[in-house]
Amino acid sequence: MSDALAGLLTIGVLVLALAAVHVPLGDYLARVYRSERHLPVERFVYRLCRVDPGAQQRWTVYALSLLGFAAVSVLLLYLLLRLQRVLPLSLGHSGLPPSGAFNTAVSFVTNTDWQWYSGEAVMGQLAQLAGLAVQNFLSAATGLAVAVALIRGFVREGTDEIGNFWVDLVRSVIRVLLPLAFLSALLLAACGAVQDFAGAHTFTTLEGGDQTILRGPVASQQAISVLGTNGGGYFNANAAHPYENPTALSNLLQTFLMLLIPSVLPRTFGRLVGSPRHGWVLFAVMAVLWTVGLTLTTVFEATHHGTVPREVGAALEGKETRFGVWNSALFGHSATATSSGANDASYDSFTPLGGGVLLLNMLLGEISPGGIGGGLIGMLVLAVLAVFIAGLMVGRTPEYLGRKIRQREITLVALYVLAMPFAVLVGVGLALAFPGPREAILNPGPHGLTEVLYAFVSAANNNGSAFAGLTSGTTFYNTALALAMLFGRFLPMVLVLALAGSLAAQQRVPVSSGTLPTHQPMFAGLLTGVAVIVTGLTFFPALALGPLAEGLK
Amino acid sequence: MTRHLFRQTAAGLRMLLVLTVLLGALYPLAVWGVSQLAFHHRAEGSLIHHEGRVVGSSLIGQRFTGRGWFHPRPSAAGAEGYDPRASGASNLGPDNPELLDRVHRRRDAVSHADGVPAAEVPPDALTASASGLDPHVSPDYAHRQAARVADARGLDVRRVTELVDAHTGGRVLGFIGAERVNVLELNLALLAAS
Repeated sequence: MSDALAGLLTIGVLVLALAAVHVPLGDYLARVYRSERHLPVERFVYRLCRVDPGAQQRWTVYALSLLGFAAVSVLLLYLLLRLQRVLPLSLGHSGLPPSGAFNTAVSFVTNTDWQWYSGEAVMGQLAQLAGLAVQNFLSAATGLAVAVALIRGFVREGTDEIGNFWVDLVRSVIRVLLPLAFLSALLLAACGAVQDFAGAHTFTTLEGGDQTILRGPVASQQAISVLGTNGGGYFNANAAHPYENPTALSNLLQTFLMLLIPSVLPRTFGRLVGSPRHGWVLFAVMAVLWTVGLTLTTVFEATHHGTVPREVGAALEGKETRFGVWNSALFGHSATATSSGANDASYDSFTPLGGGVLLLNMLLGEISPGGIGGGLIGMLVLAVLAVFIAGLMVGRTPEYLGRKIRQREITLVALYVLAMPFAVLVGVGLALAFPGPREAILNPGPHGLTEVLYAFVSAANNNGSAFAGLTSGTTFYNTALALAMLFGRFLPMVLVLALAGSLAAQQRVPVSSGTLPTHQPMFAGLLTGVAVIVTGLTFFPALALGPLAEGLK
Repeated sequence: MTRHLFRQTAAGLRMLLVLTVLLGALYPLAVWGVSQLAFHHRAEGSLIHHEGRVVGSSLIGQRFTGRGWFHPRPSAAGAEGYDPRASGASNLGPDNPELLDRVHRRRDAVSHADGVPAAEVPPDALTASASGLDPHVSPDYAHRQAARVADARGLDVRRVTELVDAHTGGRVLGFIGAERVNVLELNLALLAAS
C-alpha cells in the first residue's frame, strides 16, 4: 500500500471516530452542565472546600473566582518547582531557577505547556505528578468552565448570573476529564506507554555500551496532556518519545484525543442554546479550516518541499520511523490547530511552508477546532464579530441568538480580537530589538525569525508547541513568554465573561424579517471569511518575512 | 469586590489542595495499579532480557556501530546519540546549510560502509529522528545493511535477509503508521543465528 493511500485511510478512520462520538459526547456535555444534581463525590468536594454549589455568581465574581484560583495555582506550582529538592520523589533534581519556575508555573496553569526545559533533565516525579499533571486537568477544566459560562450568556435572559465557577470546574474534572483520561491512559499503557515509579536504570547494551533509561508515571500524564489540549511532555522529546507514544496506534489515539472535546463543544453549544443548527454552523467552520490546513501541511511534508528534504528524498529529519511523514503531519497539524502543542516530530525541521501552516493554525486564534473551551469561545467571539460586520454591510441590526450586539458587546469583542496580536507583535518586536534574545536563534535566515515569531504566537495562544531550536531557557524568554501566556489567557477570559454577563442581562429580541440568519451555510461562509481576514490583516507582514520568505524563494 | 476576591481565592486554595490529592495522587496510582496488573511488561518499559540480564528496551533505540550489527538512524539525543537522558531532535531547519552538510557526510559514510550507491541511501539513514531514540529503521535501510552484516559475521546473505523480513513490522491494521524494523530485536535474532 502506498504512503498516500495509507495516510488517507488513517485520516478517514480518525474522522469517522470523531463523527461517531460527536453527538453522544456533545449531548452528554450539555447534560453535565445543565444538570441540577450533584454527584455524591462532588458534594464531598464542595463540603471539604466549603463552597456552596447552589450559589449563582455574577460575571465579576465568576471572573474573580477564576483569577483567584489561577493565582494560587501559579504560586503553589512555583513553590513546588523551586523547592523540589527538599520534597520527596525529586530523583535528586534541584529546584528550578526563579525565572524558569515562573515560566513553567504560568505555562501549565494557562493550558499552554510551553517547556523551556528538558523534562528528563530537571523534573522530579512529584513535580510532574502533583504539579504539572494536576494543572493539565485544572487548566482544561477552567477552559471548559469559561466556555460554558459564555454559552449561558446566550441562554439566560434578564439576569446578572452566569453560573458557579466551582461547580463548572468540579464537574468538568469529575464527569468529563477524569473518566476519559483514565480510560485513555490505560489504552496508552496497553500500547506500551510506561507507568512506573522506578528511577533511572543503567545497563550494558547488546554491543557493550552503557545506556540509562528513565521511566515514570508517563501514561497517566500523557493522557490528560493530549485530552486537555495541554501538550506538555513528560520527556523533552514529548510525544515523539517512544515511552510517551510507543506505536502508530497510540499516535492516532493521541491525535483523536486532542481533537475530541474541542470538536464536540459546538454540539454542546447547539444543545444548550436550543438550536443544534447553530452548533453545526460553528462546527462546519472549524472542520473546513482543519481540513484545509491538514491538506496544506500534508502536501508540503509529503512532497518534501525545501532544500534538505529534497536532497534526502523525504522530509524525515525530526520524524520517527514508526509514524512516517503522513501521520506526523496529521499529528502536528492537529496539535497546533487544537492549542495542544504536543509534538511527535520536530516542527523546527518541518518543511518551510509545512511549518508555516502550523504557525498559521495558531495565528487563526486557535479555532480549528481550537483548545478545550478556548476554541468554541474564539469561534463565538468571531460569530459576534461576523454578525456585526454583516450588519454594517447590509444595514441590518446586528443580532446573534436573539441578543443585540451593542456598543458594549462589540467593544469587548474587539478587545478580545486585539489581545493576542498585541502580545505577539510586542513580544517579537522586543525580542528582535535586543542582541541577547537574538542570539538564542538556532537556524539562520528567515527560519530564525520564524523561531522567535513561533515562540510568542505559541505562548500568546496558549498552544505550547515550539520551533525548538530557539534556546528559550533564558531569563528574557522565560519572563517575556510567561507574560505573553498570562496576557493571552486571562485578558480574553475576563473579556469573555464580561460579554457573557452583558448578554445574559439582555431580553431576547424576537426574530424578524430584519434578522440575519445565523444557522445557515451562508453564515458559515461569512464566519470563515472573517476568521481568515482578521488573521491575514494582522499577521501577513510577519508571515511574509518568515515562512513565506523561506518557502517561496 | 476585595471581599469576594479574598473569599474566592481561599476557596480556590482549598479546591486546589483537594483536587491535587485526587488528580495528582489517586489518579496516577490507579492507572499504575491497573496497568502494572494488566500489562506489567509494557508499563515497566518493555525491557528486553538476554542471557539473564537487561540489554535494552524494545521501544528505545540504542547505539550499534560495529560492522557486524544493524545500525540505527542518526540520533540527536546526547553527544553520542541514543541517550535517553537527553531525548530530542536536531531542530535544524529544512534550509539550514549545517543540516545539508550533515546529510552529505552521512550519505558518504553509509554509502562507503554498506557499499550502497550514494543516490540509493535511504532517507531514514540520512536523517535524525524526533526523539533521538527511534528504535526502528525502514525495511529498505535494513536490507541495505544486510550484505555488510552477513560479511562481518560470515553468514549467508540470504539468511540475514530472511531475518530482516521476519522482523519487518507492517503498518498497524495494514494502514496506520509506517513499515519498520526494530533494530535491537533484529540484532538479537542475528546473535542467535550466528
